[in-house]
Amino acid sequence: MGVVAIQGDVSEHVLALKRVVGQGEVLVVRKAGVLPQCDGIVLPGGESTTISKMMSHSGMDGEIRDAALSGVPIMATCAGLVLISREIEGDDRVRPLGLMDVTIGRNAFGSQRESFEADLEVKGFDEPYRAVFIRAPCIVRCGQEVEVLARARDSVVAARQGNLFGLAFHPELTDDLRFHNMFMEAVADVL
Amino acid sequence: MELENLRFGTELLKRGFAKMQKGGVIMDVTTPEQAIIAEEAGAVAVMALHAVPADIRKMGGVARMADPAIIEDIINSVTIPVMAKARIGHFVEARILEAVGVDMVDESEVLTPADEFHIEKAKFTIPFVCGARDLGEALRRISEGAAMIRTKGEAGTGDVSQAVLHMKKIMGQIRSLRGMNEEELVREARKIEASAELVAECARIQRLPVVNFAAGGVATPADAALMMHLGADGVFVGSGIFKSENPRSMAVAIVEAVHNYDDPATLARISKGLGSPMKGIDVGTIQEAEALQTRGW
Repeated sequence: MGVVAIQGDVSEHVLALKRVVGQGEVLVVRKAGVLPQCDGIVLPGGESTTISKMMSHSGMDGEIRDAALSGVPIMATCAGLVLISREIEGDDRVRPLGLMDVTIGRNAFGSQRESFEADLEVKGFDEPYRAVFIRAPCIVRCGQEVEVLARARDSVVAARQGNLFGLAFHPELTDDLRFHNMFMEAVADVL
Repeated sequence: MELENLRFGTELLKRGFAKMQKGGVIMDVTTPEQAIIAEEAGAVAVMALHAVPADIRKMGGVARMADPAIIEDIINSVTIPVMAKARIGHFVEARILEAVGVDMVDESEVLTPADEFHIEKAKFTIPFVCGARDLGEALRRISEGAAMIRTKGEAGTGDVSQAVLHMKKIMGQIRSLRGMNEEELVREARKIEASAELVAECARIQRLPVVNFAAGGVATPADAALMMHLGADGVFVGSGIFKSENPRSMAVAIVEAVHNYDDPATLARISKGLGSPMKGIDVGTIQEAEALQTRGW
C-alpha cells in the first residue's frame, strides 16, 4: 500500500492502514517510482493547491493516473477527492487528475469555523458513521458510473466509481476503520 | 434519510485542521497580492498581517491585531486557509478574528501582549496556534486549548538560531521522558509547570500531542529544511519571503525545500539564484528588552 506523502495528514493514514493491512506493507511515498509497485494508493487530506503542484513537479500525477486506469484501488480523502475529480466548480487554481467522474465544490461548507462532525448513513454500513469534515469539499455532480455512498447536509460526501473511493471527510482521524476496510476489500478483490 | 447530530469546534476538528497543514509552509502576507503569490507558490496557508515581523520590530510602539478589512480582503483573494495574529491574552481580538472568518488564530508574541495570561482557547470554535520555547510552555498552551504549537524563535530577524534552539529543546525534553516511571513523570510535570497527563502522553507517543511547526527566523530554503530535519511538522515563514529580493522565487523554493528537506542535491538546485534573502539581524546583537520570544510564559 502506498500513501502519497506530499503534504497533509500522511502519518494518520499510515497508522490507520497499518491496522487493516495485516501482513501487507505500508509505504510513505514522497517521490516518483514507487507507486507503480503499489496494490492500493491513498491520497490524504491537506491543501489541494499545494499537493496538486508538488504532484505534477514530482511526476507522481502520471503514476497515480496510470494506476487508477489499470484498476488499482485508490482511496482519496478531502483534498485527495478534489485531486481525483474530473472538474472543480468555479475554480482553476487546482488542476484535477480527471479520474472520478464527479464535479467538486471546494471548501463547500465554508471556513474552519464551519468545519463539522456529523453522523452519516452510509450505503453498506449497518450503523451510522461519525465523519469529520475539515474545510471539506463536496460532490456537486456525479457521472453515471458513480455510486453515491453517503450524503451530509444535502450534499454527496462519499462516492465510489469502481476502484476509486472519494471521501470528502477524514476516515483517518477517527478509530472507525470501516472505510479503510472497504478499501482493503477492493484491494483484495483485485489481487 | 440522513443522520445529522452536527457538532462544530470540537478538539478533533481543531487538531485535525492543524494536521492538514503538515509538510507545508505558512507564509506571512500583508496584501491580497502577496497572498496570491503565496498561494501560487504552494503555501498551505497564509498569515494575514498589517506588517511583517521585521517591520513591526522596526516601527516599534504597540503592535496590535491587523485591520479586519485587510484580513477580509486577503480571505477573499485566496482559497487556502487564512490565519491572523491576536495579542497574547487579548481574547476580544481573537473573537473579532473568529467573527471575520479566519481559519486559525496565532496568539503571538510578535504583537504586544495584552495580559500576562494567555487566552482560554478551548472556548473558541476556531483553532489556535501558539509559540513555545520549551516543553513546559508548549504543554501549558495545549492545556489552554492550543491545537498547534510553533517554536517562537526570534521573529523578524531572519536568524534561525533561536528556532533551532527551541525545537531542539522541545524534542530533547520529550526524548528525556522516555523510560521515566509514573512518579518521575509527575515530578517532571511539576518542574516544567505542565499538566502531568500531557507530560505522560508526550512520554508515550514521543512527540507533542498536536502538530508542531518551526517559526521565528526562517529565511532560506536551507533554514526550512534544517527545521524539518530537527523534527518540525512544517514551517512558518514570516519576513523571510516578502523581505527577500525575489519573493516569488523564494516562496516556491521554500515550499520545495520542505518537501525535499533530506535531499541535498535537490536543495542545492532549488537554492540557486534566488537573489538576496532578507538582510536580517544577528540575534546576538539584540538587547534583552527587544527580544520578542520572552513575551508570554
